[in-house]
Amino acid sequence: MSTLHTVNKSPFATGSLQSCLSHAKDGDAILMFEDGVYGATKGTTLADAVAAKGGSVTLYVLQGDADARGIAAARLIEGVTPVDYVGFVRLAADHDRTHAWL
Amino acid sequence: MKFGVVVSEGPYTHQASDSAYNFVKAALENGHEVPRVFFYHDGVNVGTRLSIPPQDERNIQKNWTALAAEHDLDLVICIAAAQRRGLLDENEASRQGKDANNISEGFRISGLGQLIEMGIQTDRLMTFGD
Amino acid sequence: MDEKIKKFLYVNRKAPYGTIYALEALEVVLIGAAFDQDVSLAFLDDGVFQLVKNQKTDGIGVKNFSPTFRALGDYDVTKLFVEQESLDERGLTADDLQDIIYEDEDDDWAEKPSIRIVSRAEMADVMADQDVVLSF
Repeated sequence: MSTLHTVNKSPFATGSLQSCLSHAKDGDAILMFEDGVYGATKGTTLADAVAAKGGSVTLYVLQGDADARGIAAARLIEGVTPVDYVGFVRLAADHDRTHAWL
Repeated sequence: MKFGVVVSEGPYTHQASDSAYNFVKAALENGHEVPRVFFYHDGVNVGTRLSIPPQDERNIQKNWTALAAEHDLDLVICIAAAQRRGLLDENEASRQGKDANNISEGFRISGLGQLIEMGIQTDRLMTFGD
Repeated sequence: MDEKIKKFLYVNRKAPYGTIYALEALEVVLIGAAFDQDVSLAFLDDGVFQLVKNQKTDGIGVKNFSPTFRALGDYDVTKLFVEQESLDERGLTADDLQDIIYEDEDDDWAEKPSIRIVSRAEMADVMADQDVVLSF
């Protein structure tokens, strides 16, 4: 039993990503999309915390949202996998429930 | 697999209704079912037929109406949230003594029970909000 | 047990009044109660502010909906999980929250508290034990 968490907020605007990180369980997945994609980038004050969670949780970013915001693949934290909307749908199907961290 | 989808922010100000649209489209194109999309909070504003976005922008309302027609989608606008925000169908307008209605084709207005029912009857519930 | 009963979790992470999410979440909970599902509410982050005592809204011209939480027991909504760490971060204790009770029909209608203060780890367990998570 696992959860797909979705985060659509910049971690610099709200605590959604941090709250998500502190409630996600081993084997869960986190998809960062919309402004949430900023949480997936290297060199931020949160990058270490996000990367550390990548050990127990699988991290994804919605490619279209990253592209729209000028975030090149090289700027993504290591271990973050880009997906398109088909990948988003597949993630939702593959996990038992989805939890949106609004 | 059956996906239920909640849209809880209005169009244009928030990306939520765009993301939900893209998700629903991808789900339908990949063999999944989306028995219902439920519009709540400011999300009810997605269902107005009176919006006139600039011609070089996407038309969120028309996109949903077209998708609903193509896939026989059930687009439900929450009545309580809609009444607060001035979204009325023909029935509600006459029942409430209002001189106009403004619901787009493909949408219908119904109660919050439709949201719970969607949660019960689908395999996954997706929320797009802010 | 009817196999169609699902576990619903309503997640409240926003403060009342500044936005409508808390009020409209409560409206969903009240309607949802009629469907006889297994309902829990989670209050974490700014959501814990929804439950504090002594809310008075006369000065802002907005309806005070906090008394409705005390009526949830009548709707068989009796599991209100509140996260300890979220309270701590906001300088609150359990004493700052309203008393919300329900009558337990399986225990001679004894009055019991609906609010259950849980740790962040326990909240994560509650979240992972659901069929449907509705976020507000």
